[in-house]
Parts: sequence; C-alpha cells; structure tokens
Amino acid sequence: MTEPTIYELSSPGRTGVRYPAPDVPVSNLPKGFVRDNLPLPELSELDVIRHFTHLSSLNYSIDGGLYPLGSCTMKYNPKINEVTARIPGFALTHPLQPEDTVQGNLALMYDLQEHLKEISGFSAVCLEPAAGAQGEFVGVSIIRAYHRQNNNPKRTKILIPDSAHGTNPATSAMSGFEVVPVPSDSRGNVDLAALRAVCDDTVAGLMLTNPNTLGLFDENVLQVIKIVHEVGGLVYGDGANLNALLGITRPGDLGMDIMHFNLHKTFSTPHGGGGPGSGPVGVISRLADFLPSPIVKMIEEGTDEIAPLYSLFTPKHTIGRVKSFHGQFGMFVRAYTYIRMHGPEGLRKISEYAVLNANYLLSKIRNSYHLPYDRTCMHEFVVEGMWSDIPEIHALDIAKRLMDYKFHPPTNYFPLIVHEALMIEPTETESMQTLDLFADAMLKIAEEAKTSPQLLKEAPHDTPIGRLDELRAAKELVLCCWYPEEKQD
Amino acid sequence: MFIPHTKAETAQMLKSIGAKSIEDLFSVVPDKYRFPKLDLPSGVTEMDVLGEMKEYAAANETVEDLICFLGAGAYSHYIPAAVDMLLRRGEFYTAYTPYQPEISQGTLQAVFEFQTLMANLTGMDVSNASHYDGATATAEAGVMAYHNYRGKRPKILLSASVNPQNREVLCSYLCGYENIEIETLGMENPLDFSPDAMISSIDENTSLVVVQYPDFFGRIYDLSKLANEVHAKGALLAVVTNPIALGLLKTPGEFGADIVVGEGQPLGIPLSFGGPYLGFFTTKKEYVRKIAGRLVGETVDAKGKRGYVLTLTAREQHIRREKATSNICSNQGLMALAATIYLSLLGKNGLKQVADLCFQKAHYAAKKIGELPGFKIIGKGPFFHEFVIQCPISAKEINERLLDYQILGGFELAKVYPDLKNHLLVAVTEMNSLEEIEYLVNSLAEVSHD
Repeated sequence: MTEPTIYELSSPGRTGVRYPAPDVPVSNLPKGFVRDNLPLPELSELDVIRHFTHLSSLNYSIDGGLYPLGSCTMKYNPKINEVTARIPGFALTHPLQPEDTVQGNLALMYDLQEHLKEISGFSAVCLEPAAGAQGEFVGVSIIRAYHRQNNNPKRTKILIPDSAHGTNPATSAMSGFEVVPVPSDSRGNVDLAALRAVCDDTVAGLMLTNPNTLGLFDENVLQVIKIVHEVGGLVYGDGANLNALLGITRPGDLGMDIMHFNLHKTFSTPHGGGGPGSGPVGVISRLADFLPSPIVKMIEEGTDEIAPLYSLFTPKHTIGRVKSFHGQFGMFVRAYTYIRMHGPEGLRKISEYAVLNANYLLSKIRNSYHLPYDRTCMHEFVVEGMWSDIPEIHALDIAKRLMDYKFHPPTNYFPLIVHEALMIEPTETESMQTLDLFADAMLKIAEEAKTSPQLLKEAPHDTPIGRLDELRAAKELVLCCWYPEEKQD
Repeated sequence: MFIPHTKAETAQMLKSIGAKSIEDLFSVVPDKYRFPKLDLPSGVTEMDVLGEMKEYAAANETVEDLICFLGAGAYSHYIPAAVDMLLRRGEFYTAYTPYQPEISQGTLQAVFEFQTLMANLTGMDVSNASHYDGATATAEAGVMAYHNYRGKRPKILLSASVNPQNREVLCSYLCGYENIEIETLGMENPLDFSPDAMISSIDENTSLVVVQYPDFFGRIYDLSKLANEVHAKGALLAVVTNPIALGLLKTPGEFGADIVVGEGQPLGIPLSFGGPYLGFFTTKKEYVRKIAGRLVGETVDAKGKRGYVLTLTAREQHIRREKATSNICSNQGLMALAATIYLSLLGKNGLKQVADLCFQKAHYAAKKIGELPGFKIIGKGPFFHEFVIQCPISAKEINERLLDYQILGGFELAKVYPDLKNHLLVAVTEMNSLEEIEYLVNSLAEVSHD
C-alpha cells in the first residue's frame, strides 16, 4: 500500500505537541510582519509515529541486512555510539559557550585529532570538514594556498587518475583548477609513463585514491608519489578507502601530503540515509598552518591532579572556515567511542578482516563473473555485471534482482573504467555465513541470466515498489507533495 | 564484538582464497611501511568506553546546568520525545543515500516531505534535500548565483548583519573563483545599517545580494524595496533566515527573495556543540536546475503506483565530474528527517505557538533589561527573539560574572565587531521561564554594579 504523505494525513485543528500559554505580558508584532498563512500539516503524535514507522519499514538498512556498496563502507554501526553521542553533557552544550565550560568537548576533539594523526601518519589534523567532499575541498584549497605562498601561481593543474571518485574532479574544478585525467595501466595501477608525460611545473597536485576504486592497492604507489613530488606537486590522498589500511600502512608514511578521513565509513558513524558524514583532514607538518579554523590545541599540560587545558585555535595561514562552528561534533563522539574500543590491535583487525571478507567473496563468485583486474583485492573488488553471450543483461538488472534475494545491491556503473561495473565491499562486520548467502544469490542470478533473463529484466519483483519511472520524475518535476492554494498553477 | 569470525571460519576462508595467512593478503604494501606499530592506548570494553565518554562529558557545563541566553546561530529549543525515538530507528539511520529507490522509499518520501515543508515554510517553490549547515547553504547560494550569470557578474554583496560564520564560509568557498569580488557592507556601523542601505552598491556586476532576516542582531526589516532594487539591476536576492521565526513572520518569499537559506538546527536538532546541524536551501521554480545537492521527485512504477526517486541527478558530481558546480555528496539526511518529524509534530499550530513564545519572552526580557540603569536596548525597530544590549561595563566582564550566577550570557559582539565592546546579543526562547528572565535581569543589575 502507498503510504500517504503528511499533508494527506493532515486534519485541521490537530497538533502533536502542546505548549504552555505565555507566562509574560503579551506584546504585538507589527501587522506588516505577520504571515497570514502557515501551510504546515496538522497531525497527532500517534499519526506522526505511525507515519514514520511505516516509512522506515520501506527502507533497506545495515541493521536489516548486508549492504555491500563499494566505496561506501557500510559496516555495522555499533549501538553504543548512539548512546555516547547523546550523553547530555555533550548533546546539551552550545557551540559558542566559553571554552572553560566545554573542556570535555575540547579534550575529546583533541584526543580524536591525536588518534587520527597516529593512525594516518600525518602531523596535524583538523576535524571541521562536514563530509568527505568538503574534506577534499579543504585539501585542494590547501594545495592552492601552499603554491600561492611559494609564489607558484602557474601551478593550475590537478592530476586525477581515471579511477577516482566523482567528487575529486568536481572538487578540483570548483576550486578553479584544471583537471587532467591520468589513465590506469593493465594491472589497475596509475600508468607511470602517462603520469610522467603530464608532470611538469604547472602541476599543483595529484588526487590519489589508494586502494583505488577498483579495490586495488597501487603496486607503484611510492613511485607515483615520487614523480609528483619531483615536479613540485603535492599528493592528496582520498581517504574514502582507509578501511583497508588501519594498522596495515599509514598514508603519511607512504609520502602523501594531505588526506581526508571519512568518519562515516572507516569509523562506523552511521550514514543516516545520506548524511551527516564527517571528513576530518590530516596534513604533513609543512602544511599544518594552512588548515581550516578552528583546530583544538592543548595550551597547558595537565598534572596528576589537574586536567590539561584546551583551546580552539586558528592556524596562521588558514584557508578559512568551511562550515559553522567546529564540525560535526556528534560524529566525533561516535568515531572516538569506536576507536577507543578497538585500540591498535583492534584497528588492524578491522582492516585485516575487511580484506579477508572481500577476497573470500571474490573467490566464491569469480568463476561466474568476469574480473577485469585479476589480483588480490583490498577491502572491495569490481567485477563486470555482463556476459558477452547475454547482451541484454546489464549490471542494473543484476543489481535489481539482488533485491529479490533480500540483499542491497553493490555500487553499479562505478568505477567508470570497468564496463557494467559491480563494485562490492562486504566490510569486516559480515560473517562467513552471510557472505555465503550473498555469493549463492550472485551465482543463482548468473544462472538465471542464462535461463530466464526476463526474470532479471523485470526485477525487482519482491520489493515495496517496482522499478520507478525516472524519466517521468525528471520531466514532470513534482518536488513537493502539497502546494498552498494561491501558488497552484 | 563487531568482527564475527571464529578461528575455524577464518581458516576456511583463507583456504577458499588460496592464501596461507591474512598477512599474505597485504604483500603488495611496501615492506618498509607495512604493519606499523600504532602508538595508541589499548582498546576497552563497551562498559568502559561508556564510562570514559561520561568522564569527558562531565567536564562540560550544559544548557541545563546553566540558564542559557546564548544564541547567535544555534538555539536551545524543546525537542519533543517522539523526534529522537523515530531517529533511532536503524531502518533510517543505518541506510545509505537512497540510490536504489525500490528499497529506499522511506528515506525518499521523508526527503520529499522535507522539501515540501521547507518550501512552504519559507514561501518558495522548491527545496533541495539539505546542505551541511546554514553557513554552507549560504555559500552554495553564492556558488549558484555566480554560475547563474556564468561568472559575468562577479560581485556578491553581503550585509554586515549576516551571521559572520556564514559570511566567512561563503568567502572560503568562492575565493578561488575567477574575478570574484565579495564585499561586506556596513561593517563600520552594523547596528545602524539597514538592508536598504545596500541598494546604492548594487550594479550590473552584482550577481547576488545576501541579507539575513531576522538578522544576526535579531532585527526584522521589510525587504520588499531591496528585493525590487536587486531585481531592477538583474541580480538575485538571497535571504538567510531562522525557520522558527517563520512560524510567525511574513516569509522571505513574500518579500521577493530568489533564494532562502538557513540553519535548520532549531527544528528539533540538539545543540551538540555545533553539529551535526542542517542547512536548508529553497528557491524559485526557474532555478531548480541550478540547485546543488540532491532533489527527490515523485513518479510512478510500472504498475502506476506512486513512488519517489532522486531526480535531476545529471547536475551532480558523480555524473558531471569536473563539470559539476558543486561537489556535495553526503548531505545531512538524518538531520533533515529530524526537522521533518519536528515540523510534522508541531504542525501549523505548534510552530506558531513556539514562535510566539520566543517573541513574547524575548520582548519581555528586552523591556526589563532596558529599564535597568546603565543598560540600553539597541534599536527601536521590531525584532524576533534576539536583541542587542549595551552594558555599562564590558560584555566580556558581564558574561564572566554571570557564569558565577549559573547564567550562560549572550554572545559578545566584540568577537566579530571589535568596536562593540559593551554589547551583548541576547537570545530568549520558549525554554526560558518568566523566573529565569527575572533572574537574568536581577543578576545583570548586580554584576554591573562594582
């Protein structure tokens, strides 16, 4: 059944919350400023609870099942995170309170900065960026500021491997850089000859995802970084795939200059149906002065009796503020809770098992799906969602059919360099039994593609709603469920 | 804990892969940098981590420990219990961006409802699915206006009474654009500066004029003359607003705004030391293809059943890559859901009531403080729930002393406008009782004496 919208459920005169009458003498707002129509729905509390409970049941979620979306790291989100982030001592603090009344918040942010530094091998971290894409924006802005300070304004190009996330070229372009794509070689690494060919003194930097979006660790990563450094460019690491590297290697040690973290991928903060994310940025010491403001500094060391004193601080050559206040603080509490529960051994185990799970799953399905780059993968891998003898079947059909088997489909049609890509990231929190069930479904679908392709073309059959008419959505553009009368066309 | 593998299972999996050990899977990582020893404290149990986090939290004082009169962009409001109970449903918060509509109708319909609520609340035609916060939404207004004129109108005018953080973020976002000129007007006299004073600075190079309503100092102005002048010069008007105020106030849409943005935190989102919050962005129909971020549209499935999908995705970074005008990917989905639930619960009557309570209490507080010897309320015009007071001694001093009375005083304006040393921006919401307001007034009288 279709769930009505809140406006369809509305009944004039109802309300879900009661407020007291004013306890102060009443004054009047000048007439010209009073709105005469407030077109909001009118519902009871139970109406609201039922409506959103019904809506929630139409969603697939990690709590409901395997969510193997490549490059998204849909791992289990521990429940304790939700409890710690809601501790009133955190949740009820105002961002502009005097610093001596929020020393607990500042201490937590400082400790998270320190942990992220140690995990990544960078010497400074700023927690402010709101999401991965904003972390990238910060990184690219730092690259620009660095070259300007060194009187190198002609460095106008950012190199981006063709396997990069879409946010990389978008970020570079919005920051005023020219985007120069770099192809991959036959083993899925950055093509060194092609890289050398575009490296000169107009290069500001390279945005490198490693492991890349094929799920492969670049076999020449040290050389790639060296080539860019030799022409005076900086190397930006896209930390979206850090879940493969915790305790395995540190991007800072490999020679990267800047990297963003995705707390909502690697460090288990929930994806929330599209956000909030959180994208702290780490840099080498030479770039620390360019970080956005604010970062947290310890201004007085503690003793056995007295806690250290922390303060918010603006770096000397800061690229400025990129969002309100201090970042997605509630996500810091969740991520730090998670990191503290793991410790160094636990962190390494996360990546070990993320990589074990991906390789195991690959071993189960590799005979039925073509693997364009046949190597040991990291935390994810990419197969082709097509067979040359069944040309009518596309990755999309496989993705939709997986829903009938009660699985969320993998990322599809990305990375762009693989035809009909299916990008699969199981994460470390899935058991062997769950992976076996998923592999079975993938194998059955490969079989069905041969025997009854129509089953795939018309999938999904078993979801709350069928394939939706996206063309109609874009053509008719109905973006609101209810228009106030005077605005109806 | 969170990794379920038994030893036997791990061995079986390695066998299936054809590897001897887990370490073998990492032979591609350069030797020298493989398996670094991380110098971090050992992991702890759930029981212990909860204790640790409570210890951090205990070192804070909250807006429940203190009586809060601080706003300046983040506000203490009552959040009905139902909001968080629904947000805690794993079906919502452990879902990804709804790229697969068949199994994401819950998120999609909620976003569709959010878009409707925000468009109706602000008096505009369309809304996107959210930005990171009010400041980045303001910056995106600048980005949209710049691209709307293809960079040919490089000038953006900001009023000094726009939230300083919004202005700062807009500059960080746009400073890399070709020829961009960002000008803030009224910094010399922000408390005497009205939106109409911007009119003389608007010219053929101006793409966007940004004002705030209620402004950073809480004041409200009729924006219709400004809107007319902006349009006469062919530019766009963006209005930064407070969604609670719109429970009472005439909408920016009615004044002729082209873009309305703001911080959605007051709509059922906890203060949480500044985030996660919610940026909203609404505009007129004609600019729908220029909006950054996600949009949800209504459609039907093959059987004609109503459903929702992400639409106009060709604008976005994952399709357009370097041709996209914004790189936004993650947004504030769960916070938009919080606002949707909050507005559904309060509805037409509840939101009006909350807005009225804020308005009445703030006006009572302003009247009382204005009667104190040595204190002065700045400005005679209408305001919503924030106002500026001039104190007989420095605002910093006043705030420090108020803390001894367990009062979290207003925002010290000197932090942004150095000349306003004795000025405090005071916020009052439905959370402040008559007793608290009187206690603030009495305490101000006491702390300003010596």
